Amino acid sequence: MLDVRGLQKVYNGGARQVEAIRDLTFTLSAGELVCLVGPSGCGKTTLLKCIGGLLTPTSGEVLLQGRRVTGPPPGMAVVFQEYGRSLFPWLRVGENVELPLRQKGLPKARRRELVTEALAAVGLADAESAYPWQLSGGMQQRVAIARAVAFEPEVLLMDEPFAAVDAQTRADLEDLVRALWHKLGVTILFVTHDIDEAVYLGQRVLILSSSPTVVREELTIDLPDTRDQLHTRGDPRFTALRTHVQEQIQAAKRGLPSPSTAGDEEA
Amino acid sequence: MTRIARKVAAALALPVVLFAIWWLATENSANFYFPSLRVIVSSFGEVWTGDRLATDVLPSVLRLLCGYLAAVVIAVAAGVVIGSSSRVRAFAEPALEFLRAIPPPVLVPIIMLFAGIGDVMKIVVIVFGCVWPILLNTVEGVRAVDGVLLDTARSYGIGGAARLRHLVLRSASPQIFTGMRQALSLGIILMVISEMFAASNGLGFAIVQFQRSFAIPGMWSGILLLGLLGFLLSLVFRLVEGRALSWYHGLRRSQRS
Repeated sequence: MLDVRGLQKVYNGGARQVEAIRDLTFTLSAGELVCLVGPSGCGKTTLLKCIGGLLTPTSGEVLLQGRRVTGPPPGMAVVFQEYGRSLFPWLRVGENVELPLRQKGLPKARRRELVTEALAAVGLADAESAYPWQLSGGMQQRVAIARAVAFEPEVLLMDEPFAAVDAQTRADLEDLVRALWHKLGVTILFVTHDIDEAVYLGQRVLILSSSPTVVREELTIDLPDTRDQLHTRGDPRFTALRTHVQEQIQAAKRGLPSPSTAGDEEA
Repeated sequence: MTRIARKVAAALALPVVLFAIWWLATENSANFYFPSLRVIVSSFGEVWTGDRLATDVLPSVLRLLCGYLAAVVIAVAAGVVIGSSSRVRAFAEPALEFLRAIPPPVLVPIIMLFAGIGDVMKIVVIVFGCVWPILLNTVEGVRAVDGVLLDTARSYGIGGAARLRHLVLRSASPQIFTGMRQALSLGIILMVISEMFAASNGLGFAIVQFQRSFAIPGMWSGILLLGLLGFLLSLVFRLVEGRALSWYHGLRRSQRS
């Protein structure tokens, strides 16, 4: 479905070259929910922009259903972290959701249907005629999610979407993402710096190293498919997994080699 | 209702006081050049009703509107092009700074040479003066479009005309309106000046005529009329701006609270 192969991104900032991403390779199967977690400043946003076709990688490639991504692909939607800056403040909520659909050339009746469905799915059916800035932060991010859902993407990229909302809203939004994923069967790549969030949401968690970034470990989250804030987070297996991820992130920050490569060196 | 009444009263209080002071101070004026306000007001009624409305006021206002609207279109179009590309900006900016530094009235004699003394000359002068504030503000507004919004638009396939209409122009509109407000008062000044040089009708022409024929109350009444015209135009402007930028004022209020 989504293949990232040997991705490298080097920024040329004048005299200094910064290698944000060294060599990233991973695959998402159709319908998977995968979380990417890594220490702060490890180039998560750079990676997401490369996958979304917003940045051209220095080397390597991104394939969406076997087709190489060279610009924003039509089957992909992105939810950005800065909800306040990714919604159009001069458009009402409904118009924000509808605008990409107009660009797609959908007929009006179909657009109305999609907008109504998407807003209902995120619990904002009655906010259609409000302006985004009249809503709270969590509600604004729901609008951004509704816009992505209405776009009917095959792959949904989420770039630390809940980093700027309070803890309770965050829990609600996490459950919303799981619910929408179950309902729509969409493939989701969810980038976060929050370890609990990554373990709670994902079927798999990709742990990244510090910059210059490589994949440190791929971890399958063997928690039951039905998750809820109360019981899942209390599950001993959840605690074990989050501790493991935490250890890996700490080690990544200190620049220690990952278990697999450490094994290689010994051999 | 009472809130609106109070607002109107607050807006009118100072003009009324100033008018009263002027009225009382000149009530017994014997100075030929400073007639009493009573005389000016009564001449206002005689001069600016009837024929002159069609022969002087209307042509002036039409020239102003033509020049102003042409300036808006030219400046916004050029501003979008210049603001969108740093290369074009580096190329065009020195020339623009030079042209902007030329006071437009000084161009009147030159423009007269090729455009004559008709409406075209006056409209060109107004356009030349009004273009700069709108152009420079549009450039700044287009440059300041949020990077996240640009990424959002790109990833949802919003490009070309839709990007211009729904993103670039809307995002720059607060700055564009700032430039348009500055240009409006410049436009009125240039309208009058261009009519003072060489004209056969118009407000500026009429005021100079009155002065030369020592019709001093008529001259004063013309100045009053210009003030009123400016006031009315800015009122209309604020209504349009309030509608077009209601989202912006709401956004600002929500950020402050």
